[in-house]
Amino acid sequence: MAPNDLRYTKDHEWVRVEGDEATVGITDYAAGQLGDIVFVELPDPGRTLEQFATFGVVESVKAVSDLFAPVSGEVIAGNDALTGAPELVNSDPFGEGWMVRLRIADAAELDGLLDADAYGALTTEG
Amino acid sequence: MTEAGTLDAGLHETPLRARHEALGAKVIEFGGWLMPVQYGGILDEHRAVRERAGLFDLSHMGELFVEGGDAGRALARALVTNPPTLRAGRAHYSMICADDGGIIDDLIVYRLAEESFLVVANASNANVVSDALVERLEGFKAVLDDRSLAMALCAVQGPRSVDIVAPLTDVDLSSLRYYAIAEGTVAGIRALVARTGYTGEDGFEVFVDNARAAELWDTLMAVGRDAGLAPIGLGARDTLRLEAGMPLYGNELDRSTNPFEAGQGRIVKLDKTEDFVGRTALERVAREGPRRRLVGLVMQGRGIARHGYAVHVGDRPTGVVTSGTQSPTLGKAIAMAYVAPVDAEPGTIVDVEIREQRVAAEVVPLPFYRRPRTDG
Repeated sequence: MAPNDLRYTKDHEWVRVEGDEATVGITDYAAGQLGDIVFVELPDPGRTLEQFATFGVVESVKAVSDLFAPVSGEVIAGNDALTGAPELVNSDPFGEGWMVRLRIADAAELDGLLDADAYGALTTEG
Repeated sequence: MTEAGTLDAGLHETPLRARHEALGAKVIEFGGWLMPVQYGGILDEHRAVRERAGLFDLSHMGELFVEGGDAGRALARALVTNPPTLRAGRAHYSMICADDGGIIDDLIVYRLAEESFLVVANASNANVVSDALVERLEGFKAVLDDRSLAMALCAVQGPRSVDIVAPLTDVDLSSLRYYAIAEGTVAGIRALVARTGYTGEDGFEVFVDNARAAELWDTLMAVGRDAGLAPIGLGARDTLRLEAGMPLYGNELDRSTNPFEAGQGRIVKLDKTEDFVGRTALERVAREGPRRRLVGLVMQGRGIARHGYAVHVGDRPTGVVTSGTQSPTLGKAIAMAYVAPVDAEPGTIVDVEIREQRVAAEVVPLPFYRRPRTDG
């Protein structure tokens, strides 16, 4: 279920905004579609991400999927816990399974994202 | 006999389709069949087979019966192995090759009786193999009976397999050796029971008519519950066989590869008296050595090697990854790859190109995993 305080991309990333910082991950829907996640590749701190461009990769047993940045910004940190425990993305995709934290470049970009209702509609259509 | 369902799209479904749906399976198209890729999750299913037992619907595989006075000799001509050397009730791994030595399919050949063989082919190649055998049987007292669409196949694989199957069958499993087959009943259903599999665990492949498949599945699931039997999809089937170092047609094997490259030279019986299809080309490979060799790789750096990724040694390209995954049992990323023979020695360090980065891997002998032997 998509938490109400987050914003979403149509590629199933979520973003939580706190001041000028954003935390990014993938939704429970995406994690469910992927199946058991075994590897996550994230950008190093200092890298600049561009909205909707790929910033990393999430791998399930069978497949490799690109991750797309919901907003532009500079990477503050990647979730190092995912190196040893990629399954956190499956067990807690909106919490412990977070992927990157960034400093937001342009808050106006958030307008281009889906709210929880719109994202919910997207995933029900299927 | 009940024919397997044929859908409008030309896809087949097995008699167990409703069972997979009821268990919440994610279904995909594979080799012309709608098959379950996973039920609860690939990692859980993989572990179930390694630790307890798993039940697989393999009804998509091809079952080709070859019968007649010349059945053995005809197969010796058609395949690279020498089936007449099989005693009744025994089986061996084989391949059917083209004139140029390229692999058309990998197979298991079971000898049921003096004049009766069962050839099991991969789902995606069943029709091609069937056609090739019909052609190659020409002139021999042997007929092909393709029962692929009439027969179902359920496999029980894992250390608890004997505990689960023995009470259900009149076949004496204690005397059924690895790569042996016997005719009998399972759950009161007429069946062929083979001690073969594609997981690296002990287990049984049970062939029955389509009409009895659901009953067989239901009985095995019920009886196996206490032993922790779980339904297993094609996703875990792939990770299991990769750990066991077994090739997959379409990845390690195809029309452009020959048995020697794939590390299966020992099954090419050049000393058999029959001329066989591909002999000249394969004799040449045996003489000159294969131009590339299939090896196991264990990733040394962070990353998973996948089918199609390039393999280098320093600046020199040496080959390509054929299969790869994160090994649930080993906890490491493993892969199979073709490399130049000079780079095939275990211990060699190669680089796999993963999204424009080079990640180191070590060449290791196959298999990656061998089941613990507790029996004497």
